[in-house]
Amino acid sequence: MREGMKTKQNMLCPGSVMADRKKKAVVEGIAQAVFGVCASFVILVTASITVYMIGKGASAFWKVGVKEILFGTVWKPTAEKPSYGILYMILTSAVGTGLAVLLSVPIGVLTAVFLAEAADKRLAAVVKPAVELLAGIPSVIYGLLGISLLNPLMYRLELALFRDSPGHRFTGGANLLSAALVLAVMILPTVINISEAAIRGVQPGVRAASLALGGSRIQTIFCAVLPAAKSGIVTAVVLGVGRAVGEAMAITLVSGGCVNPPLPFYSVRFLATAIVSEMGYSSGLHRQMLFAIGLALLIFIMAVNTALTKIVKKGAENGG
Amino acid sequence: MIKGRKRVLAACAFLLVLSGSAGWGNAPDSPQERGRSESGTLGETEELSGSILLVGSTSMETYVRALAEGYMECHPNINVNAEFAGSGAGIEAVLGGTADIGNSSRSLNREEKEKGAVENVVAIDGIAVCVDRGNRVGGLTRQQLKDIYTGAVTNWSEVGGQDAPVVVVGREAGSGTRKAFEKLLDVEDRCAYANELDSEGAVMARVAATPGAIGYVSLQVADEHVNILALDGIVPAAGNLKDGKYILSRPFVMATFGEISEQNALVKSWFDYVLGGEGQRVAVSVGLLPVKDGSGAE
Repeated sequence: MREGMKTKQNMLCPGSVMADRKKKAVVEGIAQAVFGVCASFVILVTASITVYMIGKGASAFWKVGVKEILFGTVWKPTAEKPSYGILYMILTSAVGTGLAVLLSVPIGVLTAVFLAEAADKRLAAVVKPAVELLAGIPSVIYGLLGISLLNPLMYRLELALFRDSPGHRFTGGANLLSAALVLAVMILPTVINISEAAIRGVQPGVRAASLALGGSRIQTIFCAVLPAAKSGIVTAVVLGVGRAVGEAMAITLVSGGCVNPPLPFYSVRFLATAIVSEMGYSSGLHRQMLFAIGLALLIFIMAVNTALTKIVKKGAENGG
Repeated sequence: MIKGRKRVLAACAFLLVLSGSAGWGNAPDSPQERGRSESGTLGETEELSGSILLVGSTSMETYVRALAEGYMECHPNINVNAEFAGSGAGIEAVLGGTADIGNSSRSLNREEKEKGAVENVVAIDGIAVCVDRGNRVGGLTRQQLKDIYTGAVTNWSEVGGQDAPVVVVGREAGSGTRKAFEKLLDVEDRCAYANELDSEGAVMARVAATPGAIGYVSLQVADEHVNILALDGIVPAAGNLKDGKYILSRPFVMATFGEISEQNALVKSWFDYVLGGEGQRVAVSVGLLPVKDGSGAE
């Protein structure tokens, strides 16, 4: 085995065999340094963004008060007595993203199973490019389609459901549900692609063992292959959540944009859209508050990522 | 071998970034100086050359673009650049010296004036209240409009229309149009919006696409995709804005740092154009009310 690898390497880089040990060491050292620099660049970027956001956002927390911001429900930044509560935005981001993931993950994982296990070649040749195209569509296009197709449909549903409830504030179809649907479609390609890679990466022995034990194809997929691909699928979910939480452009067009509790037929505002929609005209403490929202968003995403990664690790340990 | 190529590639990328950033650094180079150094001392319009930078209100976009076109026709050597980032951002830019003129669709506040910004009103704008094309209501009273925006009226049948819920559309907090609208109607911070959108275009799209929606936009932005409502029986048109009969009107301001007379020759010639007959005709052509008649004073 080792012998084989050596000859393979030698064939790839014939020069290195002839080179003396010193030269090799120098090359190794340089390569090591290059990798190090690249890696530390990434760390530098992440660290400086975090530090910058804390620096810019913390001042608003200091001035307004952490409790008022995180647990306040009234967002009136330009009122005479301004109020900067972002609790509803945080909840909206959480619920909206959660709904989108709930809608998107079953469809995405089953599509991935189809592509990796079940599809015949001709069909896969149609589905695969379609998924890739979906990933490439700019988010603002999703927003435009949402405003012109989804919202009118949603408004009809809203009219039918709330015909007899005079207290309801009609939104014209721009509500949490519309936003969650658009987000679900947007994260679908991420979920499909990464799940598919995870399923394809499952060792063939797993499948063979299941089939040999008399399992049907469906049993093999659900009882052997998917559990083995679990950590890859959770990674897909993590990336999907990341994209959904940070998405602003499409959502700002379809969610209505008012700060309300996250109920399906309410016009709502997400953390990311709050920053985008008010940046142009804000000034003073209002602008600092938008940075504070950015900081909250950053922490929110970090918390979600850490939590999900922990779950993966625990699962991997338990699964052996 | 591979490593060497990599190094060359990296160096290229680095150089690219450098040259790009250098270009960036030069571009916004203090416009006041630029105007002064490049403008001739003869005072003849043909001798002027250089560029003017305007930053500010999105509501003024149509108007400013039309003005810039007309102005550059008369002064082919002068380049007028306009950015539309919001009223507050425009005034900030003028105070910070990164723009010659700050466009604002609201009056300047005291703080801004204290910092040295001068309010030059160049036109008066009306705010149009619009509904979707299917709406049968042709006009509202001031009180009805207030009731709709504060949430007291939630169905069009209450104000003489068909039985359909009202979808109240407005702008985001901080918008000049929203500020002006709420102030003129005396409903500041009491509005119960169902949609808060962040541009005039988005409001127009939402109102046009949603049966029962009502929204407000700058008069020159409102087009044939929506119905424009009469308020207290008055249709928003230039004539009615002038008399002050139409209740929703506001000034369009081009703020400068210091009086116009203290500006460089380029900016002076810009204001000569904007406040002159030609520029005021442009204002009328985009649905605004001119501030200078034949008399010249206001």
